[in-house]
Amino acid sequence: MRVPLSWLREHVELPAGTTGRALAAKLIDAGLEVETVEVVGDITGPLVVGRVLDIEELTEFKKPIRYCRVDVGPANGTGEPQGVICGARNFAAGDVVVVALPGAVLPGDFAIGARKTYGRMSEGMICSASELGIGDDHSGILVLPADTPVGADALELFGMRDEVLDIAVTPDRGYCLSIRGVAREAAIAYGVEFRDPAEVALPAETGGSYPASIADPSACDRFVLREVRGFDVAARTPMWMQLRLVHAGMRPVSLAVDITNYLMLELGQPLHAFDRGKLTGEVVVRRAAAGETLETLDHVERRLDAEDILITDASGPISMAGTMGGLATEIDEKSADMVIEAAHFDDIGTARMVRRHRLHSEASYRFERGVDRELPLYASYRAVQMLAELGGAEIVPGVTHVEAPVERTVVSMPAGHPGRVAGVPYDRDTVVRRLTQVGCRLTDPDGDPLAVVPPSWRPDLTDPNDLAEEVIRLEGYENIPARPPRPVAGRGLTPGQRLRRRAGRALAAAGYVEALNFPFVAEKDWSALQLPADDDRRRALRLANPMSEDEPLLRTTLLPGLLRALARNVGRGFPDAALFELGLVFRPRPGAPERAPRLAVDRGPTAEEIASVDAALPDQPLRAAVVLAGEHEPAGWWGAGRPAGWADAIEAARAVAREAGVELTVRADRHAPWHPGRCAALYAGDVLVGHAGELHPRVVQAYGLPSRTSAMELELSRLDPAGVVPAPHVSTYPVATQDVALVVDSGRPAAEVEEALRDGAGELLESVRLFDVYTGEQIDAGHTSLAYTLRFRAADRTLTAEEVGAARDAAVAVAAERTGAVLRGG
Amino acid sequence: MSAPNKSYDPVEVTALRPEELDRARDDAIAAIAAASGLAELKEARIAHAGDRSPLALANREIGALPPAARAEAGKRIGAARGAVSQALKQRQAELEEERDQRVLVEEAVDVTLPWDRTPRGARHPLTTIQERMADVFVSMGFEVAEGPEVEAEWFNFDALNFKPDHPARTMQDTFFVESEDTGLVLRTHTSPVQVRSLLTRPLPVYVVAPGRTFRTDELDATHSPVFHQLEGLAIDEGLTMADLRGAIDAFVTGMFGAGLAVRMRPSYFPFTEPSAEVDMQCFVCRGASVERGAPPCRTCGSEGWIELGGCGMVNPRVLVAAGVDAERYSGWAFGLGVERTLMFRHGVEDMHDMVEGDVRFALPFGMEI
Repeated sequence: MRVPLSWLREHVELPAGTTGRALAAKLIDAGLEVETVEVVGDITGPLVVGRVLDIEELTEFKKPIRYCRVDVGPANGTGEPQGVICGARNFAAGDVVVVALPGAVLPGDFAIGARKTYGRMSEGMICSASELGIGDDHSGILVLPADTPVGADALELFGMRDEVLDIAVTPDRGYCLSIRGVAREAAIAYGVEFRDPAEVALPAETGGSYPASIADPSACDRFVLREVRGFDVAARTPMWMQLRLVHAGMRPVSLAVDITNYLMLELGQPLHAFDRGKLTGEVVVRRAAAGETLETLDHVERRLDAEDILITDASGPISMAGTMGGLATEIDEKSADMVIEAAHFDDIGTARMVRRHRLHSEASYRFERGVDRELPLYASYRAVQMLAELGGAEIVPGVTHVEAPVERTVVSMPAGHPGRVAGVPYDRDTVVRRLTQVGCRLTDPDGDPLAVVPPSWRPDLTDPNDLAEEVIRLEGYENIPARPPRPVAGRGLTPGQRLRRRAGRALAAAGYVEALNFPFVAEKDWSALQLPADDDRRRALRLANPMSEDEPLLRTTLLPGLLRALARNVGRGFPDAALFELGLVFRPRPGAPERAPRLAVDRGPTAEEIASVDAALPDQPLRAAVVLAGEHEPAGWWGAGRPAGWADAIEAARAVAREAGVELTVRADRHAPWHPGRCAALYAGDVLVGHAGELHPRVVQAYGLPSRTSAMELELSRLDPAGVVPAPHVSTYPVATQDVALVVDSGRPAAEVEEALRDGAGELLESVRLFDVYTGEQIDAGHTSLAYTLRFRAADRTLTAEEVGAARDAAVAVAAERTGAVLRGG
Repeated sequence: MSAPNKSYDPVEVTALRPEELDRARDDAIAAIAAASGLAELKEARIAHAGDRSPLALANREIGALPPAARAEAGKRIGAARGAVSQALKQRQAELEEERDQRVLVEEAVDVTLPWDRTPRGARHPLTTIQERMADVFVSMGFEVAEGPEVEAEWFNFDALNFKPDHPARTMQDTFFVESEDTGLVLRTHTSPVQVRSLLTRPLPVYVVAPGRTFRTDELDATHSPVFHQLEGLAIDEGLTMADLRGAIDAFVTGMFGAGLAVRMRPSYFPFTEPSAEVDMQCFVCRGASVERGAPPCRTCGSEGWIELGGCGMVNPRVLVAAGVDAERYSGWAFGLGVERTLMFRHGVEDMHDMVEGDVRFALPFGMEI
């Protein structure tokens, strides 16, 4: 809502010298979001009204140019006509125009001087509306009504210089979508008088006006029609009204339309004018019938919905209530007889109609947020009055006023409630005074709890806390003290929350950079990832309204987003990138209900009801994933680098699992999108938690990544964080070290050999470490030598050579038995 | 450490003769003087002053001498060992000095050589700032609460007092899952976690809910369809707006330092009543940039204030929908945008930087923020 300060001042006695900024500060404190304060008509120097005396057409130039002599009265100091060059052609001798004399500075630091141009001396400029900063109409010169006094200071005459407050009105404050509403707030803020522009003495009407009725009281609870005749179709909108409309952000159209817009801005009541001659029969407010259509003002043929609220006459629909009028009954440049409509339409009904038809208008914007139900009689009367005053129309006596009864809201609130909400006591008088200021009435001034009747323009005031907010905001949020928080006995982060943080730190420490990718993926990601047709990851939820039709699915794996981010980094010149992400994936539950019920809100849900809602949600497990390419350790002056590979990806998984106190078991697997020979399944005990390894070359190609790009993805939710870690016993007895080289079939996983060694070595084994893998001349073809260092130590003694030898032999024996390992050189 | 001499020989022995003793001493001193490096000196020390050296053996025999001979032998041997020890100490010092002067100089390397062998990683600053913000609440005893990102409309809207026709509940603002009729949306704020917390936790409830949220905004410099919020919720007996103010003050102090003014402006949210927008004094210029002629402040755009977020007293209707006795309990909620906070706290200029996963953006932030 754009509010010109001059307009506001007509209805509130602001202290002299109050600036727009000062007022804005006050209104912000009262809860109006003033976004900007703009100075309009920022013009200095002489700007005067002049009459064009004669026009000399200069034809020797590329475009037609006019040399005009303009009478500006005594404004130029001489009283002599002023010679001005002008290129516009929409005016004639005798027209009254605005002239910027030399020395004037127009908006945009546009300085006007006397200068020689087109062979003449041009002593000023004849202005267009846009040059004056009043609207965007630069099609031609601004031609003023003929009776505008020549020589007058145009700035002063039209009130061109003004300040405009732009207020973002919150949905609960529909009444502030009007000068009336903002003026009321300004008056309260300054503690000064408010003059209600709706307060006009209505004539005692005896008869009705154009016949009307309400067929659906749920759609409309008040409908008012008034008539005028003999409106002068040539009458023009006065300059002051045009300026106000422009400053408020609306475009002047014609006098009749401008009057309805002007009153809507001033009062907040949308008005509609019908051409009396185009109406047939009684006007009825009703819902649409199946199959009905209406061509609206914007020349769109609209198929109506059974819920749409319509104004109809004998011919059918003539207007979409509070939203947009119909073309057939629209007033035009010949409409002299008019019917003015002012009504109170259902806010929800209007809102739905707006959304269904994507028809946002100034009127619907106000109806959606609630219009003062008491306004239609007054607003319609002011409309016919203005049509009479400014357009010479004759007011037809009588008014059509139909209404449906509405229940009055009474809110019961203990007088002490606002104080209990704020944490600072307000005495009863303060509470009553503040509520009265905003327009509330108390049915019993002495009772407690207070029985409060909110004003007709505040449909948002329905609960005690709504009333409390009114008192507290007017008493000033800034006067609420800060009470230091009292610490509560919290349990800190949960093990799962700590694990998430630790996993992030571990991956960052291992050289991965976190990326937070959008969870939106495409169908084609599934084939890019080489997922088989029956892969569960293809079962993804689809957004009804995705940002991009290319990526309508919710991710079931973190990899597509990470791979795209990796490709982006590579593309930007970072081929050695390693990324990680911790985030949710979305896995629809088989057999889940198709919709989540919408439970009641007037009571807490039962456990069964909550379960019925949650059952419709997908599983949303937390996952960790990494992708890496290029060199994980770069080459340098020290020598060669180390390419990133499958082992890094698996180690990343181990790093994450270790944070949970879980030692992962790795088994070879074939699982998309990994290389079938370089894919590890990761187990925590018997639970599969994820996969890691080098990506399939086709996947690497599909995402445009460097060859050998590797990846890991695991489900953090499946790692059960270890509880309290028991401290190890640190033995100070000497270590005994034994190296063994075992020859196994080349297909034998090293993890199995190691596990066998561990099991066989028994409890004296401190550690086992694979230090060499060899295939070659000294080994039979198809075999591999695995060289391990076994370290033995006892907690309570120095081991003898015999003990160590026996443990080693036992280890080798179990390895031999389980894996067919043969001790090399043994 | 040498083990005690268990193989004591009770046979009477004679003391080392003086001239033998002198020779042993002279040999030792000569060997020490001849050592040309610390390693040779160590050998000389073992040979002439070690456990098996003639002087050490002689010393060990003192106890076995006839009592009359002990005093004199002890004196002579002690003097010889003292002289050797002195020579060792002196030569050690000389050789160390020489090493310091020559060898260490020869071993010099170029320490300015780069050693960027270990890959550097980092956590995303949105993650770490979110944790830091949450930790301010955790330090006040709040617990971190979480909820699903695909959320039921009932939790995301209805229970939070959004009327069925609220404009936010349209495809203009909200991502709907599968269709508009499934009752499932991508949560548009972290507030559904409020309702989940009230339904699952015993009262009083003090929680902070950080998390990812979604709205159908096109990605541009200041908007993203995927973003993060964090909100604190306190429900207890007798909580007031004064408690809310106190908590916000504590949060601002925890995140931005002490002494910054906080202001609340009346506003509107369906799930709080009364509601407020919260601004904090700019932590960079502390409001000074507003003065005429003062240098401009990029952080607050010379406004002096920074918009922090929204807050209010939890609407009793929300408490009712969550099964809380609204007559007995009241409370506050305070929420703010994590992206915005990162933007103004660290001068991030473009939302794209936060969503593209470019390693150059996250690396400088490291592990903590």
